[in-house]
Amino acid sequence: MTTDFGYALLIPLIPLLMFLLLGLAGNQLKARLSGLLGTIGLGVVFVLSYYTAYKYFFATEKIAGAFSKITAFDMVWLRFSDSLHINMGILLDPISVMMLVVISTVSFMVHIYSLGYMKGEVGFERFYAFLSLFSFSMLGLVLANNIFQMYIFWELVGVSSFLLIGFYYQRPTAVLASKKAFIVTRFADLGFLIGILLLSFNTGTFDFSILCDPQGAAIATGSGAAFLGLSVMTWSLIFVFMGGAGKSAMFPLHIWLPDAMEGPTPVSALIHAATMVVAGVYLVARLFPVYIISAPDALVVVAYIGAFSSIFAAVIACTQTDIKRVLAYSTMSQIGLMMVGLGVSGYGGHEGLGYMASMFHLFTHAMFKALLFLGAGAIIHAVHSNHMTEMGGLRKYLPITHITFLIACLTIAGIPPFSAFFSKDEILVAAWHHDKLIFAVEYIVAGLTAFYMFRLYFNIFWGKETHYHHTPHEAPAVMTIPLIFLAFLSVFSGFIPFSKLVTTDGIPFEGHIDWSLALPSVFIGLVGIIIAMVMYKKETSLPDKVAATFKHGYKWAFNKFYMDEVYMFVTKKIIFAYISTPVAWFDRHIVDGSMNGISRLTNAFSFRIREFQSGQLQKYGFVFISGVLLLTFLMVYLWN
Amino acid sequence: MNNGIPLQYFLILASIMFFVGIYGFLTRRNLIGILMSVELILNSVNINFLAFNRYLYPDRLEGLFFSLFIIAVAAAEAAVAIAIIINIYRRFSTVNVEHVNEMRF
Repeated sequence: MTTDFGYALLIPLIPLLMFLLLGLAGNQLKARLSGLLGTIGLGVVFVLSYYTAYKYFFATEKIAGAFSKITAFDMVWLRFSDSLHINMGILLDPISVMMLVVISTVSFMVHIYSLGYMKGEVGFERFYAFLSLFSFSMLGLVLANNIFQMYIFWELVGVSSFLLIGFYYQRPTAVLASKKAFIVTRFADLGFLIGILLLSFNTGTFDFSILCDPQGAAIATGSGAAFLGLSVMTWSLIFVFMGGAGKSAMFPLHIWLPDAMEGPTPVSALIHAATMVVAGVYLVARLFPVYIISAPDALVVVAYIGAFSSIFAAVIACTQTDIKRVLAYSTMSQIGLMMVGLGVSGYGGHEGLGYMASMFHLFTHAMFKALLFLGAGAIIHAVHSNHMTEMGGLRKYLPITHITFLIACLTIAGIPPFSAFFSKDEILVAAWHHDKLIFAVEYIVAGLTAFYMFRLYFNIFWGKETHYHHTPHEAPAVMTIPLIFLAFLSVFSGFIPFSKLVTTDGIPFEGHIDWSLALPSVFIGLVGIIIAMVMYKKETSLPDKVAATFKHGYKWAFNKFYMDEVYMFVTKKIIFAYISTPVAWFDRHIVDGSMNGISRLTNAFSFRIREFQSGQLQKYGFVFISGVLLLTFLMVYLWN
Repeated sequence: MNNGIPLQYFLILASIMFFVGIYGFLTRRNLIGILMSVELILNSVNINFLAFNRYLYPDRLEGLFFSLFIIAVAAAEAAVAIAIIINIYRRFSTVNVEHVNEMRF
């Protein structure tokens, strides 16, 4: 196979170089210059990614009608033994190329946008250094050609997310949020690591191209042994999914995502909406052949957790007032939908509709959710508040933001011809053919999504006229251009024939819209929009009445179903009180105590015998000679 | 090889000198005295070397050379020791070892 994709190595390397440059020499440069450098670096990556996508999808020969997996670069990085070595490589296949496009687009837009949004902030060049680090790690993650390399980059994205959430490190809430995000995802990554070890132990390889070959030996082996009624492969894939669930904020590991909104808004758009949080979906998609062939039970877990998370988050999103938190829960809900898509998918041809739809939705979601976050950033920039209660009637002041935000809301609500209509519809179709219960849940979620997004929209741009301290003004051009570009993508990316590009086995199939299912989903979306319009377009007492009617339900949802409290209870009251405290006592008193005891004993003993050291040479001489004499006598009389 | 004095007499003399030296080394408080005791010990060893050489291996010269070496080393050692003693005297105005006990714990 010819691999003229060698230049693909540059795609992750340019952001790495930018990170090193800005991280090491950033404080020597002018803030503006370092921002521009980072943006230009990403611009090059953007061009290279689109070039790669064009070349891969349209200019590379298919093998037996399927898109081939191309290893553009591969080197042994850590060699432990002949059979055990960790490689660093670049694997190009439909989903990694698609992710390249997503990441470079959103990242480039966010870089441009931040030139305006972060202007004048302390640590501007630090911000750009971290953004470059994140882009490097995320690109490395999607291009990884083996699961261990993916794990390494997986942790790197975690670190950059931690750094960026805690960007305003003088603010205690930001510090707490960054710690929370790091600890929760680290905990999930423990599962991922266990999953990797089990998986590679059973299949004998880290390499994706061997691991994911449906006819390959790796899948066939290792399905034998069983534990608690499930095969070892199922267990290992459930553990791998646990890592994915942590990164993608699936219930019950979602608690970090809303708090992560403490970071700067462009970061939320890039990391916590478009790219990093979908890494879990990408992971499952990457290992999809293994899931579908050797562990379909694990896919059921994926589908149900995804479905539950999506409705759980959608209900919470209906009650929140912080606009970024509404978007965060919406992200969680949409990722749940993507997980459902994977979970209900089959393998090969039209059977793999769910997989294709999930990837499609990942693509469109990245675009419109980044747009929503950047729009929210423009609003926050204008109003200096995160709370929609302090907003209203902004459509007059922020015309461009208003239009783009409206487009994004229509997109996420699934109204044709906007992009998410196509992708969401495909997922619903796949769910309908696979599991009616999941379909019903996702159908309700579609309605809720439309409702809470338009609740947000009407509260911000319509509703009561709020009196502002100073008149809000439209954001500068560096911020509105990314909005317009992303709005353009949100509108038109639905027409990309995804079923011809990204499929389970790489063989394109003919996709079509199933109107018998698409119409009801458009209908429920419209219903959600109309309810939101009635309740929030004019200032009425209706929302309060509704909240009063469902008093308990509302209170529960408003408090996020007390998940944080449950976590606090479990960690503080149970784990800390009954496990950590006794262990700490054992460590302090038994382990440290024995060591301290030894040292104290030695100390006391040496204190006693130090008097031998009198400084009198003759005493030493006497001891020495007595010793020699004693030894001599022993030698002479006892030897023979 | 018998010129009247048996080997044992030499050894007895050397032992007496050796232990007189040890005794002096341990009991004298004057540094010069200690130095002289050390010289006694060295010389007793010299006598041993020479006596054994003469009586047991008269056709060899190793014992002789060893004593010469020891005499040379002893001379050097005496020079160094006296230099040290003079410095101690300058610093402490005494050559009594009991008063020179800076090197204790």
